[in-house]
Amino acid sequence: MATVREETAAAAPAPLSAVNDFVIKFANVNGSGSASANELFAKSILRMGVPVSPRNIFPSNIQGLPTWYEVRVNERGWLGRRGGVDLMVAMNPQTWDADLAEIEPGGYLFYDSTKPLPRSKFRSDIQVIGVPLTQICSEHYTVARERQLFKNIMYIGALSALLEVDPDAIEKLLAEQYRGKEKLLDANKQAFHLGRRYVLDNLPHPIGLRVRHADGVGERIFVDGNTAAALGCVYGGATVCAWYPITPSSSLAEAFQKYCMKYRVDPATGANKFAIVQAEDEIASIGMVVGAGWNGARAFTTTSGPGISLMNEFIGLAYFAEIPVTIIDVQRGGPSTGMPTRTQQSDVLACAYASHGDTKHVLLLPEDPTECFEFAAAALDLADRLQTPVFVLSDLDIGMNQRLCAPLAWDDARVYDRGKVMTAEELEAGKEFGRYKDVDGDGIPYRTYPGTHPTRGAYFTRGTSRDPYARYSERGPDYVYNMERLLHKFDTARNLVPAPLLRSAATPARFGAIYYGSTSPAMAEAIALLEQEGLALDTLRVRGFPFADSVRAFIEAHEAVYVVEQNRDAQLRSLLVNEFGIDPARVPAVLHYDGTPITARFIARAIGERLRTADAAQTSRAGAR
Amino acid sequence: MTFVAKPKLHHPTLPQNALCYTRRDYEGKISTLCAGCGHDSISAAIIQACWELSLEPHRLAKLSGIGCSSKTPDYFLGQSHGFNTVHGRMPSVLTGANLANRELIYLGVSGDGDSASIGMGQFVHAIRRGVNMTYIVENNGVYGLTKGQFSATADQGSTSKRGVVNADSPIDLVGLALQLGATYVGRSFSGDKAQLVPLIKGALTHRGAAFLDVISPCVAFNNHAGSTKSYEYVRAHNDAVNRLDVIPPRAEIAVDYAAGETVDVEQHDGSRLRLHKIDASYDARDRIAAMNYVQQHQARGEVVTGLLYVEAEAEDLHAHLNTVATPFNRLEAAELSPGAAALARINAGFR
Repeated sequence: MATVREETAAAAPAPLSAVNDFVIKFANVNGSGSASANELFAKSILRMGVPVSPRNIFPSNIQGLPTWYEVRVNERGWLGRRGGVDLMVAMNPQTWDADLAEIEPGGYLFYDSTKPLPRSKFRSDIQVIGVPLTQICSEHYTVARERQLFKNIMYIGALSALLEVDPDAIEKLLAEQYRGKEKLLDANKQAFHLGRRYVLDNLPHPIGLRVRHADGVGERIFVDGNTAAALGCVYGGATVCAWYPITPSSSLAEAFQKYCMKYRVDPATGANKFAIVQAEDEIASIGMVVGAGWNGARAFTTTSGPGISLMNEFIGLAYFAEIPVTIIDVQRGGPSTGMPTRTQQSDVLACAYASHGDTKHVLLLPEDPTECFEFAAAALDLADRLQTPVFVLSDLDIGMNQRLCAPLAWDDARVYDRGKVMTAEELEAGKEFGRYKDVDGDGIPYRTYPGTHPTRGAYFTRGTSRDPYARYSERGPDYVYNMERLLHKFDTARNLVPAPLLRSAATPARFGAIYYGSTSPAMAEAIALLEQEGLALDTLRVRGFPFADSVRAFIEAHEAVYVVEQNRDAQLRSLLVNEFGIDPARVPAVLHYDGTPITARFIARAIGERLRTADAAQTSRAGAR
Repeated sequence: MTFVAKPKLHHPTLPQNALCYTRRDYEGKISTLCAGCGHDSISAAIIQACWELSLEPHRLAKLSGIGCSSKTPDYFLGQSHGFNTVHGRMPSVLTGANLANRELIYLGVSGDGDSASIGMGQFVHAIRRGVNMTYIVENNGVYGLTKGQFSATADQGSTSKRGVVNADSPIDLVGLALQLGATYVGRSFSGDKAQLVPLIKGALTHRGAAFLDVISPCVAFNNHAGSTKSYEYVRAHNDAVNRLDVIPPRAEIAVDYAAGETVDVEQHDGSRLRLHKIDASYDARDRIAAMNYVQQHQARGEVVTGLLYVEAEAEDLHAHLNTVATPFNRLEAAELSPGAAALARINAGFR
């Protein structure tokens, strides 16, 4: 508190000044139509060649509650959350005080100045920009809904003048959005220029924060992870999708439907090369995926934490009976209903060890939409190859926010890896079939699809113990053979999951950090922040479980390795400690789990403090000697 | 003990079907159920029905949940793939399997605990989706594997072996199936093979959700006085509305019944369901009337059996989803991946 008083008592700080590097946050009321206007703003900056990363922070509600849209503008390409807000567009009286408090000293407040507000409602250390949006709307529109909706596009117009956002870029985007709906296009353009004109005629412009044309976007695309993962399932050959609506994964199933309708309808017959079933619950969803996988179709379900909890019994069956299953878990804040519209990485352990009994599951950990696409397709291959459940652990931050990322790529020569499936010809030729027999020494047995051969290859699938020929058996040695083989199969998976990515510091580093998933962009920036302070840190991004041996080597090569995660209990760290049997003291946790995406400043501060302490300790030891 | 091998010797005079298979070719492993268990009679009826229909055993997939009844798929059709899933969840697994390969015949075997308690949700939803399947509940009103607890189909006022009176209302799976749109609904008794075999044959050849509730006494825990699922009770209260013959496609049709006594229903595959009426007023093609009849007679303590409802021109889930004729499990990248050129266009739309 002392520092705050000092700041307010001092002379007002100079207004922030930055080109192509700032954070703008829109505070809105959900259901007011602000989302499309805010997205338009973000995209217009992208069109100017300047990387942006927007994030929706929204309530579990349809209308009336606070919602925010935070846009990071950064020419260097940092796509994580930085932390702090330089310009607040405060359109929601409910959150006014909290929104104002977030603004950096010297930052800017944009608000609707139609109704005068007492001085006490403002801060003296920020720049205040008032535009009478409601008044302008009332003067130009008579329909109540129009007065509300056009207020959004109007503040985008005002911001374009304040920040020097190219109006042509916005007009072009509007034209694309309202192609064929000329009346709507003209009305939106009018509202945009009303806001813009007001600033040009009445207010000092531009402000200290500005956007300039740049060349920082290139070939990259701007897409959300759920859409990309859905495309991965389409390209990866999923034909059956069984799902139950749950935030934040529903848009993945809906995107799968959309792309299937476009690309999976047989032009000759009009029939569908896909089946999507909205099941009665997550148990039925996974049951259908298990049934389809057993019968040789590529199938997936998409869900979030509560769904994973419900699916546990089936996940154990699929593990033990060895059935390909792909589960895309778009994680949210748990436990229970938790924070259904906020992000976390808190299903790691629940997925890695899902089900009763001894189980271990393959996890793929994408960092962005590009990897959501790649890993969704890879999961379908891996599930068939390994005959086991494979999880893609996305999260709300990746899944539901548009992210600038590498274009999606597909090689037309790629064939699906259907794994070890014995054919009618092989059975006819007398090849021995033992459903649960390790023939190749990799722990992976052969399977047959139902209906393959009239007299050979049929077997009875069960979650009960059996011998290598799928015959019911309660004999201890049969059970142990099977469980050991499953462990061996899991070891085979170690080299099939995406390999970890190592980044070495410019100078030799005593310490390292391990991170994964949506922490990635904030981590990249945090490393740069630490480097500016002369603090070197090697990093390793884990992309799959079981962990590659190089993960253990990385930990062993450093004095300590910080494990950065977005959950309370350091779940990936627990997995590292448990699977490698390493000393927990070697892997201190850095945890961020308030439901908002982790920020670069948070990571840099948390790790920076410890690195400085360690450096100081070393210096004092050296001095003592 | 199921790992005891059955002798493979066939008696040379065993009759053969159109595929030159004897009934033995439709058998499975030796049953491990109690001697006299109704479920074994149902397994025998399934074997008989498949043999009579000359089904290729490998073209059928048999699925079940957990419980005594769900163990039985191991005891018939040893050349068919089988799947003993998790308790109460056979319907969803069968649904997924059916989506993956529409060409196979799907037989789901379940019990009253499996379908009316833990799996009630999955049962009703598989029925209302019209999954093309034969769904048999081997209904004994009791949990056998866990030794004699009441199930949800036990009648109110019936007593357990230890004399405990069941206070809860029973769940009537036939009533549910009728209400939820099953397009072939029958009830039978494990002790009446003459009635049961044709009902199974009709169900296996029906396209759509076919449901059979088969009362199947549990000799160990629910065959005493005071039970309404005992051999004695069902024999005394069996109220059959009709007898069924299933006539294969292209078979010569001999008319030897007086008009009004029989009704022929032609199915999608050309086979015919010939219903010989026992109760002349009963019309198995009228869903609402069937519901009324079953309810009224049940209220009198009667067990209404026979083919209770059939909709010959039913649609199944594949029709609702407009899926391609080729089974999904045969589609490869060439048919499923939209290709790199399409992806380039998709990428362009994301800029």
